[in-house]
Amino acid sequence: MTNARKLIGFNLLTAAILGVIGYYLGWWLGHQITGPSVAYFDDTGQNDIALYLAYLVGVIGFLIGLGFANYPVQRMLGKPPTLREKEQGGWGRYFGLCTDHKVVGIQYLWGIGAFIFIGGLNAMLIRYELLTPTQHAWNGNNYLTLVGLHGAMMMGMMTSGILGPFANYLVPIMIGARRMAFPRIEALTFWLLMAAGFILMTSLAFGGFPTGWTGYEPLSDQANMGMDAYVAFFALVGLSMTLLGLNMLVTVITMRAPGMSWGRLPMFVWGTVATSVLMALAAPVLISTLFMVAMDRTAQTSFFNDQLGGSPYLYENLFWFFGHPEVYILALPGMGILLEILPVFSRKPVWGYRLAVTGMLGIGLLSFLVWQHHLFVSGMNADVRPFYMLSTELISLPTGFIFICALGTLWRGKIRLTVPMLFMLAWIFNFLIGGLSGVFLSDVPSDVTTHGSFFSMAHFHYTIMGGLLFAFFGGIYYWVPKMTGYMINERLGKWHFWIMFLAFNSTFGPLLVIGFLGMPRRAVTYAGYLQGANDWVSVSAFVLGASMLLFLVNFVYSLVFAQVPAGDNPWGSKSVEFQLPSPVPVHNFDVIPTFGPDPYPYGEGVSAGAVQRPAVNPARAER
Amino acid sequence: MWSKYSHATRIAALTTIGTIILLPIMIFVLGPNMPPGKGTDVGKSQVFDNTVLLIVMTPFTVFILVYVLYSVFAFRADAAEPLRDGAHIRGHMPSQIAWLTITTITVLFLAIFGSAELLSSGAGGGQGPHPISKDKGALPVQVIGQQWEFTYRYPTYGGVETAQLVIPVDRPIAFHVTSLDAIHSFWAYELGVKADANPGVDNVAYVKAKTTRTFQIRCAELCGLWHGYMYDTGKVVSDSQFTSWIAAQRKQFAGSMKYLPPYATSYTPDPTFRAG
Repeated sequence: MTNARKLIGFNLLTAAILGVIGYYLGWWLGHQITGPSVAYFDDTGQNDIALYLAYLVGVIGFLIGLGFANYPVQRMLGKPPTLREKEQGGWGRYFGLCTDHKVVGIQYLWGIGAFIFIGGLNAMLIRYELLTPTQHAWNGNNYLTLVGLHGAMMMGMMTSGILGPFANYLVPIMIGARRMAFPRIEALTFWLLMAAGFILMTSLAFGGFPTGWTGYEPLSDQANMGMDAYVAFFALVGLSMTLLGLNMLVTVITMRAPGMSWGRLPMFVWGTVATSVLMALAAPVLISTLFMVAMDRTAQTSFFNDQLGGSPYLYENLFWFFGHPEVYILALPGMGILLEILPVFSRKPVWGYRLAVTGMLGIGLLSFLVWQHHLFVSGMNADVRPFYMLSTELISLPTGFIFICALGTLWRGKIRLTVPMLFMLAWIFNFLIGGLSGVFLSDVPSDVTTHGSFFSMAHFHYTIMGGLLFAFFGGIYYWVPKMTGYMINERLGKWHFWIMFLAFNSTFGPLLVIGFLGMPRRAVTYAGYLQGANDWVSVSAFVLGASMLLFLVNFVYSLVFAQVPAGDNPWGSKSVEFQLPSPVPVHNFDVIPTFGPDPYPYGEGVSAGAVQRPAVNPARAER
Repeated sequence: MWSKYSHATRIAALTTIGTIILLPIMIFVLGPNMPPGKGTDVGKSQVFDNTVLLIVMTPFTVFILVYVLYSVFAFRADAAEPLRDGAHIRGHMPSQIAWLTITTITVLFLAIFGSAELLSSGAGGGQGPHPISKDKGALPVQVIGQQWEFTYRYPTYGGVETAQLVIPVDRPIAFHVTSLDAIHSFWAYELGVKADANPGVDNVAYVKAKTTRTFQIRCAELCGLWHGYMYDTGKVVSDSQFTSWIAAQRKQFAGSMKYLPPYATSYTPDPTFRAG
């Protein structure tokens, strides 16, 4: 059996081959279904049914090639299946189905990282076009496709930007477990996401899509086949998100070690829990909405076509019912990382633990009640706008809890300005600007001008890029030494931080003003008097892009060439993952640890033994 | 002298000083220049709203920035000394309650204030087919969005349809915004008006211009290929100029007006095509 599996292989290569075969099989099947009798398909060469089936069968082939069918098939044949896949072994396990949560975390880190760079490159190309008020670089369709790809890539792939790499890697360790509740599903979420990202990029081969990441109907109904790529992409992302969220919730609920009661969970785990609830509840709405879009495009239903009895408002409402929790899916893990890292470098416990938890859960709850603020000027029922204005502004209360807890944690600490700490302080600044600009958008009279302008665009970049991406990089500098065993160069890291922080603010600060001055989003032209400001923003954006390259250089240099050993606990952290060897051995703990009463036992006069050092047999620790 | 005050006192003092310096700037320098300008009644209310928001935000912003910067300088660990822990403080109930109270009051104030502003004037936003802030005597002007231009129709002037938007000064206008295809958004920046154009929906927004001027019109909702080129310049003119302009338009388009469909607040294709 082992030999046969080695011979056939279930790895990325098999997956690619079966994926391509499946793609053409679905394509052929689609043409068999529609047939030549449906003349209007032939007119444009557009066959949406064939493309959807091609993506569907292609993804199934890809997953079979990775080995996701082995377990159910072996169970059906009555053979004893393996419960763990590829957990031992070298580099090969990073390129296939692996049920080790730490491998999946690192797979996520590289996979998501690659797509961030592609999404960032799109942003650079957008800013290049906006150097002049008139169109000069890309034609209209390519520009809109760039805008859509950038938005969809960032909003779709980055949903798992922190939960993927960090929560998969750390949550089991932090709660004292050896694995996730559903390791195979954990691997599935990653490979689904990669398939989704690839499908989004195939949109280019079918003419791109003109709708931006929101995919508003009825524009998306008019669009050519590139739109199908967007629909398939986002539905797969939604599926990945739902599974990831459920898996995290089940893991945290059922697999906590002795002593790890709810009141002792690290803040990062709380952030993950709050995010997972949103993922599990919001993403299914997205999947069903996109299914309706796909039906409108293929089976000629009319859910969203007003001329045939549907309503574009239905799409707007369904999309934003997912879309607003979605932005908190992006923001909440950043808050978790913030409150996880601040105590370490302030040498203090989290200030107001319960308040912070209330804040995270409160944001999660309220995020389901605010979605119509995206529709303030859409002509929705005018009576409900005061309610959505109130609920939107209420969200600033739990967000304020996070802020006061972060500030309280700094109070009379012993602050060390390491690179992760700098990113966290920048998070506070960026999210402050993001939150304050959000107040303008939540206020209907003010929103009338700022809605759909560069102001709202700059606002969500401040919260998502300034919040999520800064937390993401903070997490990388903080936890990658634990994951790999090698430090990331601090001097280059500080250069990266300062260039990124200044360029980020120099990009999006002026964009707030440009929005106030009346520049709409996603438009390829703008008023001539805004050219100076736009050029400034573009140049800043290029510097921001360059800072990402600097990070990449630093990352590769530190991990591949310099290889300075990190030791078990480079930051003097007292959280449990830093009591394990770096990198963490395959089975995490030899003996499941028992947790003490205080998750953050920092502070003078607190015994160091409040977190019990988990037992790990060094001989089994895999370096 | 500085050293005899506690950390909290110093932060409070710096916050107060910063707020006192910044508030006049917000009220007298930044506030009056906030968008979209005071050229219309709704524009004026938006400027007022924006100014109030700036004022409310200032103390919070100053406090958080002062606090973080102060903490980084005052509580910074000496890099040379070995790792030492800070004070073991796990919370402080009075400050938590104070923060909760202050933010709650602020948020409730903002929501009530915003709602009052919204309900009094409609604030220039699209209110849908059944507006709650109505202006009964307003001159109706229909804005028809289509890929990729706006057309304007004046139902009280025989339903004449023009490619240019001209409105009279000092007279309330009711924009009836609708679309023929995708979702557009009618954004008259200087008027402070924005209303989405949805197919089959009559989205109403009110405005009253106070001075004669020109204004930019842009589509603010992504509507496809030439979205970036869907802009236009409108004019606010005096009453007499408007009367003569509209008469000229009616004369010019008299020939084509008989082919236009009867005026309706929304346009949908002929029902015979609806069977699909």
